[in-house]
Amino acid sequence: MELLLFNSFNGLIQGVFYALMALGLALILSLNSVINMAHGGFLVIGAYLAYSLSGYLGFWGALVAAPVLTGIIGLFAERALIRPLYKRSDPLYSLLLTFGLALIIEDMTRTIWGAQGLPLEIPDVLNSPVSADYFFITGFRVLIMAITAASAIGLYLALRYTLIGIRIRAGIRDLETVSALGVNIYKLRALNFGFGCIFAGLAGVLAAGVLGLTPPMGNSLIMPSFVAIIVGGVGSLFGALIGGLLIGLAAGITTTYYPAASEAVIYLMMLLVLVIRPRGLFGEEGLFE
Amino acid sequence: MTRYISLAVMGAVLLTLPQWLPAVGGYTALGSKVLIYAIATMGLNLLLGFTGGLSFGQAAYFGLGAYGAGMTLKYLAASTPLAIVIGTAVGGLAATLLGPLVMRRRGIYFAMITIAIGQLFYFLMVRWNNVTGGEDGLAGFSRQPLHFGGTSVDLTSTNFYYLVLICFAVAVAVMWGLLQSPLGHTWVAIRENRRRMEFLGIRVERYVWAAFAIAGFVSALAGALNALLFNFASPQDLHWILSGDFVIMIVLGGMHRFFGPLLGVVIFVVAQDYLSGVTQNWMSFIGLIFVMIVLLFPKGILGAFGRGARTA
Repeated sequence: MELLLFNSFNGLIQGVFYALMALGLALILSLNSVINMAHGGFLVIGAYLAYSLSGYLGFWGALVAAPVLTGIIGLFAERALIRPLYKRSDPLYSLLLTFGLALIIEDMTRTIWGAQGLPLEIPDVLNSPVSADYFFITGFRVLIMAITAASAIGLYLALRYTLIGIRIRAGIRDLETVSALGVNIYKLRALNFGFGCIFAGLAGVLAAGVLGLTPPMGNSLIMPSFVAIIVGGVGSLFGALIGGLLIGLAAGITTTYYPAASEAVIYLMMLLVLVIRPRGLFGEEGLFE
Repeated sequence: MTRYISLAVMGAVLLTLPQWLPAVGGYTALGSKVLIYAIATMGLNLLLGFTGGLSFGQAAYFGLGAYGAGMTLKYLAASTPLAIVIGTAVGGLAATLLGPLVMRRRGIYFAMITIAIGQLFYFLMVRWNNVTGGEDGLAGFSRQPLHFGGTSVDLTSTNFYYLVLICFAVAVAVMWGLLQSPLGHTWVAIRENRRRMEFLGIRVERYVWAAFAIAGFVSALAGALNALLFNFASPQDLHWILSGDFVIMIVLGGMHRFFGPLLGVVIFVVAQDYLSGVTQNWMSFIGLIFVMIVLLFPKGILGAFGRGARTA
């Protein structure tokens, strides 16, 4: 029982990373119509920036600065590389381009920071368990949950009540009309891409505190976030969030009983969802079909 | 006329390759690898370039072919032809079974699902340690001599190249025939205007399924040959990175041309082989190739320059 609880909690933490990644991916997928294969790369950028910045700004400063900087880097990448592709209707090209970008980012990270793993120092206060009964619930893990919840709620409120958010939602529905109403959709898409990258950066900082830093760390997180989106339903941000948590939890529970299948289980879950409910748990019917 | 001349030149080059390749700094196995990847990508291109299905998980079927062939030799029987047949069947049947899950999707969603499904097989092979060798890959088998009646042919590096060439020729002939058939014309029509085909009463999904399954069989054949070439099957054969490489090779050569993938493979494989020998940062260069192709050569080399080349 103890073991099951332990593994489920671990799985949930993994699921939080998947969910944060999936939220950013889903934002970019919906408005920019880009499958951002470099999303794992932006996660790595966020993580390593936090590692380097924490020497100057301390942990808390890096926690805020790294995701924001990742978002800014995302803005530049969007302007230079993604924007020229919007007029090509075939999603193939943005997929290939971001794929190449992912390779470059991983390789550059290795060149700049080295191939061997690095630890991200987190404050001692956060390292101790908050409960005497459950050693694995450390302050940092509680913080991860809180930050994720706060950023998900923040995203919801921003999309619901701010002008940019409302325009983004409108653009997801019908970009042409939004453009015809006088909104600069290039700016809107750029901002949206930046927001997506902030989520990747945030996931990177938090994941670095738990898993440590390695140049390929994004690779193991990006595929499950695809699965999170498919399970949750393409086109639904809420679905991406729930999908991420769900597959993380499923992987954690499987670890207790049959560790070798802990990765395969999320893909099996995806197949199951595709068979039973092709649009995903919260997806809209007919989208992309 | 130009077409027959280019075909004849290509045939002559491929037939004599083991004789001159070492002289220009290559090695015969590199030639075999190029042909194997050409089979895989030309198979994938039936789906990608001709039907318009953005499959980004093709390495799964390539890798299943590799593991299928390797496990046949290791656990079942010491027969090279049997290994090729079983490898091809395993990968092809997996694609056929999974086809219904993807055939209704389009564009981005099609790509995402095919990528994610591919990872299932990756983790299956990595975690099924005691049978597949896990992370280290499947080793401990080697290609066996071929027997014709009483004589046996040892599959040396050169002989194996010719076996691959025969498979390549057969696969090319079959794919060319398919593209000339009503099936092939329907594929191209689906790519050009899917909705119109639906209105005409064509069951588009079935044709996409057929393309997905056939692409799977052809890629699996390539995978089986790849395992025999190196006497080794690696989890990297199933990884989405290889899927991406396949797609960029196709786009590099020209995705709407029959022989486009072959040209892309030659350039990409040689470049990769060269770069990984001269620089630590070869991955960045490969990434840069991706970016440059997308931004500067979206139609591929044959699409941009090969005016005489034929569009099927």
